[in-house]
Amino acid sequence: MSKATQTAILPAPAAAGPLDAPFPTKRMLVNLGPSHPAMHGTVRAVVELDGEAVHSMRLDIGFLHRGFEKSCENVTWTQVFPYTDRLNYVSSIMNNVGYALAVEKLAGLQIPERAQYLRVITSELHRICDHLTLISAMGLELGAMTVLIYGMEARDLIWDRLTELCGARLTSNYARVGGVSRDVPPGWNEKVLRTLDRAEELRVEIDRLLTRNRIVIDRTRGTGVMSREDAIDYGFTGPCLRASGVSYDVRKASPYLVYDRVEFDVPVGSNGDNFDRYLMRMEEMKQSDRIVRQCLEQMQPGAIAADDSRYVLPPKPEVYGSIEGAMAHFKIIMEGIQVPAGEAYAYVEAANGELGFYAVSDGGGRPYKLGVRAPGWNMLMGLPQMMEGRLLADLIPTFDTINMIGGEVEQ
Amino acid sequence: MSQAALQRLKERFPDAVTEAYTGPGGDDVALVKRESVEEVCRFLKSDPGMAFDMAPYITAVDYMGSEPRFELVYQMYSTTKNHRLRLRVGVPESEPVVRSVTPLWKGANWYERYCWDMYGIHFEGHPDMRRLYMYEEFVGHPLRKDYSLRGRQPLIPERQVDEPFRGPGPSGS
Repeated sequence: MSKATQTAILPAPAAAGPLDAPFPTKRMLVNLGPSHPAMHGTVRAVVELDGEAVHSMRLDIGFLHRGFEKSCENVTWTQVFPYTDRLNYVSSIMNNVGYALAVEKLAGLQIPERAQYLRVITSELHRICDHLTLISAMGLELGAMTVLIYGMEARDLIWDRLTELCGARLTSNYARVGGVSRDVPPGWNEKVLRTLDRAEELRVEIDRLLTRNRIVIDRTRGTGVMSREDAIDYGFTGPCLRASGVSYDVRKASPYLVYDRVEFDVPVGSNGDNFDRYLMRMEEMKQSDRIVRQCLEQMQPGAIAADDSRYVLPPKPEVYGSIEGAMAHFKIIMEGIQVPAGEAYAYVEAANGELGFYAVSDGGGRPYKLGVRAPGWNMLMGLPQMMEGRLLADLIPTFDTINMIGGEVEQ
Repeated sequence: MSQAALQRLKERFPDAVTEAYTGPGGDDVALVKRESVEEVCRFLKSDPGMAFDMAPYITAVDYMGSEPRFELVYQMYSTTKNHRLRLRVGVPESEPVVRSVTPLWKGANWYERYCWDMYGIHFEGHPDMRRLYMYEEFVGHPLRKDYSLRGRQPLIPERQVDEPFRGPGPSGS
């Protein structure tokens, strides 16, 4: 394990002043986790402490490993969607969309415009939820309980809208190969706009509570620093990479769905510390808000799924009224959609960075292989380097801002 | 996405790159010989025209029944050139050993450990070749196609408290 390259803030050496008593210390091994309030998910960190400073740190992961890939290899392509919900369970629709794009890339399937807009709207709503969760949890752990209350209110309002759309708060299971599962209920668009207004009020409150707060600044500025070069070397993506000064955002670098039709800015930081990572999230929520409003304006009525009975279930009147419809329905349910043989890698900008799906098909009804590039994986990998030589207390905000999600990292 | 990079790679390594093609959706793919992975990756990272600086996403596939049985897949990305490339590397079952690229990209560390854990592909020159998700007493590699979906393994005895974090054990070395 490499030593930290950053300047270390070690406690004053024993007998620093002429009147100080010599105070020999012994290194102490402390187990953080796997069940610890500050370790989100079930990550175990073995920390070797030198006084209050972290001398070395090793991570032990896998307590939440549920065999995502193995499960996916044994169900049909469509049945994978509920499993993807459980990767990053705070922003499940982005996982749905990423997986759907991988299968569509393999099948060469074009999806209707309205479905693309719906995917973008729901993804961006979930991005706001994800960032709110992170900031609320960070506030809570740094002693600002009120932030959690405000954040949860805003988040649950948005989740209520998504519940109206897909019937579940967390495990949305919304996207489908070829489109999305449901169209919006009547009056939903106006409700979303009102929800965004309320969420913005709460966001402003949070901003006032945290961004200029002395305690928050002291605990986050200059802690958990990742240099630009190291961030790229570790494969950081998303807000954590942008906080280190690299303006890489999949939505801009290789636009998918309708991201090239909406205007939004990508915030880029410079210090790569916890404070910058926090600021990235605050700004990205504003930008997601902008994207949703533009999409709601641009979205036109139309079909929400491709008209291709090889991949999309036919409408129910056709299933019950015609032999072709009944056959298509039966084949998709019993055998699964037949995705052409080959392999494809599709990637989306999830809340924490590039979420990639590597799908291999042997031409059958089940994925032959489905690999997930979870964004949090790389950030967690870089955590020991960010922590070595720093105070143990810095681990708490650092663990918050890298926003490691156990569901996706441990699959 | 990056036809130019793919062409250059093929010209630079005519022997190591056995095939180059553009897959579904426009993904550029190069099939690379197992012995040359490290050399090709070093070139891809350090050459200014390639500049694949971001740590690749590495995963493996088990094509049971065909030869070579395993395949390592590297998804490369360059933040400066904004281009992508995929390397596919066949790994035979009889000798599942590949040179590690962790010395080139720190971020390759856990992906390679994942491939070892799940597929049993060993990476030479990796600084910390242990299992990633499973515990070290676990027998076999769960994502191999011949590992049963409901394969259960017996409980293991509790570990000694004086060794809270075991180093490379019997499975890793």
